[in-house]
Amino acid sequence: MAYTQPHPRLSVLSTSSLPPSADYASPTNSSTRFSLASAPSLSNTLVGSTKATSARPSIYDRNLNKTRFTEVSGSAFAFLFSEMVQYTQKRVSGIGDLERRLNTLGYRVGVRVLEMMMFRQESSSKNPKRETRLLPVLMLIHSQVWKAVFGKAADAIEKSVENADEYMIIDNDPPIERHISVPRDMSQLSCSSFTAGIVEAVLDGLGFPARVTAHNTPTTQYPTRSTILIKLDKIVLEREELMK
Amino acid sequence: MAIFGLWVINKAGGLVYQRNFSDGLAQLTSNENLVLAGTLHGIHAITRNLSPTGTSSGAHVIEGESFKMTILLTPTATKFVLLTSLTETTADSMLQKVYEAYSDAVMKNPFHTPEMPIRSEGFDRRITSLIGS
Repeated sequence: MAYTQPHPRLSVLSTSSLPPSADYASPTNSSTRFSLASAPSLSNTLVGSTKATSARPSIYDRNLNKTRFTEVSGSAFAFLFSEMVQYTQKRVSGIGDLERRLNTLGYRVGVRVLEMMMFRQESSSKNPKRETRLLPVLMLIHSQVWKAVFGKAADAIEKSVENADEYMIIDNDPPIERHISVPRDMSQLSCSSFTAGIVEAVLDGLGFPARVTAHNTPTTQYPTRSTILIKLDKIVLEREELMK
Repeated sequence: MAIFGLWVINKAGGLVYQRNFSDGLAQLTSNENLVLAGTLHGIHAITRNLSPTGTSSGAHVIEGESFKMTILLTPTATKFVLLTSLTETTADSMLQKVYEAYSDAVMKNPFHTPEMPIRSEGFDRRITSLIGS
């Protein structure tokens, strides 16, 4: 076995699900199998076929809009997210730290969500545009980003009465919290920090630096209701003033 | 027609969830409940081996004079037990729904430790909406 496999953590594909034996030894075979772009090997193992992988284009070569309305299993995501929270919880001290780490994980997702959304929307449009004003950007997050990530728009968007730089996006039933019951001794924890990270990344990417946090605001009708609090950077408000 | 109580027993025979719904059975202390659940776990293990035709999923219904217990054994050896009146006909479908609620609100909850007592508001809520308080 001269061919060294990539470390399992570095590979997106789980090597354990690949067909065993001889294939591993052949470098010609494995070079396509292990490249990150060749998702076909993944789908092949799913249907149990070992045929040549060349027929199907890689996930990066496929049409972006083809997968626009495809959905992933809610249960599969719930288990994945549950593991993410457990993994993170083992490595932190305190709730603030846990929320910050979840925020960071969400940030990595948000960067990609924004890129993908823009490619999908603007690449086919005759006059591509980029939002430069605050309110359209907030509306974009409230409807488009939420639809791209959760398949539905958020329930409300509010402006803080006390602070001019604070906005709130409210979701009555956030899909990522649907199955989560936070124990009483950690009641301040909001797992929607992950969503807050996504929002922060999208705002950053559009040039609206902000600090975004998540808070539980349960009502009797919606016990998992969450508020995403956006605290905009000073420069954003100054720029808005100039653009008036 | 009444549902008296629900037990969830883990694969080691420990009672991880217990809730009473309507009166009709003697009220037991939590310790007595634990002992009963452990006993049922043992009886169930015996009934699994009593089958004359090989593999068996064990006792399914145990009837007494005033109540019956319906047992659902999952592939992971967790047992759901529903204590009902003799005339109750929905026990089986109710257990399936309880199993579904357990899968959703307990197994997908990152703050639940497998095989440990269930302390999940979400599960309590689901059971309340299924069976009532």
